[in-house]
Amino acid sequence: MGTIYENRMPFKNRHVISMKDFSRKEIDYVLDTAEKLEPVARGEERSRLLDGKIIALLFFEPSTRTRLSFEVAAQRLGGQVLNLGSVEASSVMKGENLADTIRVISEYADLIVLRHPLDGSARMAAEFASVPIINGGDGSVHHPTQTFLDLYTIRRESHLEGLRIAMAGDLKYGRTVHSLCHALSLYGAEMTFVSPPELKMPSEIVRDLQKNNISVKETDSLEEIIGEVEVLYMTRVQRERFPDPEEYEKVKNRLKVTGDLLKNADPNLKILHPLPRVNEISPEVDATPHARYFQQAFYGVPIRMALLALAMGVIE
Amino acid sequence: MKEKRDLKIQAIENGTVIDHIKAGQALNVLRILGISSTFRETISFVMNAPGARGKKDVVKIEGKELSVEELNRIALISPKATINIIRDFEVVQKNIVVLPSYVEGVVRCINSNCISNSSEPIKSKFSVLQSEEEGVTLRCLYCEHVISEDIAENLR
Ligand SMILES: Nc1ncnc2c1ncn2[C@@H]1O[C@H](COP(=O)(O)OP(=O)(O)OP(=O)(O)O)[C@@H](O)[C@H]1O
Ligand SMILES: [Mg+2]
Ligand SMILES: [Zn+2]
Repeated sequence: MGTIYENRMPFKNRHVISMKDFSRKEIDYVLDTAEKLEPVARGEERSRLLDGKIIALLFFEPSTRTRLSFEVAAQRLGGQVLNLGSVEASSVMKGENLADTIRVISEYADLIVLRHPLDGSARMAAEFASVPIINGGDGSVHHPTQTFLDLYTIRRESHLEGLRIAMAGDLKYGRTVHSLCHALSLYGAEMTFVSPPELKMPSEIVRDLQKNNISVKETDSLEEIIGEVEVLYMTRVQRERFPDPEEYEKVKNRLKVTGDLLKNADPNLKILHPLPRVNEISPEVDATPHARYFQQAFYGVPIRMALLALAMGVIE
Repeated sequence: MKEKRDLKIQAIENGTVIDHIKAGQALNVLRILGISSTFRETISFVMNAPGARGKKDVVKIEGKELSVEELNRIALISPKATINIIRDFEVVQKNIVVLPSYVEGVVRCINSNCISNSSEPIKSKFSVLQSEEEGVTLRCLYCEHVISEDIAENLR
């Protein structure tokens, strides 16, 4: 698990399972690498870094965005993608456990990107794999490449150190926000959590942050805090979380970013969203300089290029 | 006094006495040690025995000295238990159980969506932490869920 073979090559053959496996220095190194690869991600430069490498995409759960950006990342670097399609449909895996599937795919590919519905499946896969595993999201806990790309977006569009950030929406179940606030705590931050009471940030997470000297403020109103933050990280509130449809409508309308709301925003405010959005950001916001969520989607490519290249040791 | 107590359980010549087990946890101690119907040695136990420090359970295993690693798991459910090694009817060694920092295969993860609860060929794995506020807590190495109470309820 996360073996470091040589100091000069801290990433070669390393699995990417959970953000918590990475120190701040290592995260910075991934972000630096992504920045160097950005012209390739944009198609402005060509690269053959992954020439001759085969990357298996093993998705046991649909996820168009993550899958696409891994495919694009691999192809921009000249790698071949072994797309294992929807796994249910593939007869190779019929009745086979994940451990065996991973052992088999390890024999065919140079790296495996895994997405799986069970919590901890990527950690287990790493125990059985003879090639690096990149966790493309397992269950409801980890999705490290999303967090890397969120950090990268924040660094490119704003700044990481001592950031004043608000996270809004479903903070109770949202794994992206949990993982992001843990990672941001490595850089020091002032965090504001905006959610309806039913969907508040879990108290263990708030306690952990406070232990790490992160100042935390909790509110249910975007208006109250919009003038105070440099980054607003929006997430979707799912209808299923509310037994009462009326309650959902109320919450939905309170947690909405509109042109009106932004009148009071810091001119440098950047709005991020892991996408897909439903209606928590109105379309009129898209044309403002605050909207960075489509840019954020693009940053998923250089970040995944960096992780692929580092894990396979083609960049040291 | 001593005679009376000895009537409850026969003295053993060689083996292990696990004393000062939290009252009511004797059966869980057997479970945590993996002692089941296939175990061949003689085992006796008392539950809710009155002792100087309140009620306690005691487990006695004849003819076998268990490994320290196995015995230390008892600390997960009964941190004050003592391990007394008996040789030739005498207590030759007495140790308090020490909380292990890692346990494998002993406890079930409380997260039903955890890979360790599926049919994959793996054992559960937890890191063990002890804090003033929360007592003993286990963190699943797969899904990172924390078990902070009812460890005894979640033995495999
Ligand atoms: N030969 C034996 N057979 C069975 N049980 C024994 C034997 N010798 C001692 N024990 C039991 O082992 C435990 C520890 O014995 P010990 O003589 O050290 O008692 P103690 O002085 O009360 O110790 P403690 O302070 O740990 O309670 C007691 O529960 C005792 O009844
Ligand atoms: Mg005694
Ligand atoms: Zn678990």
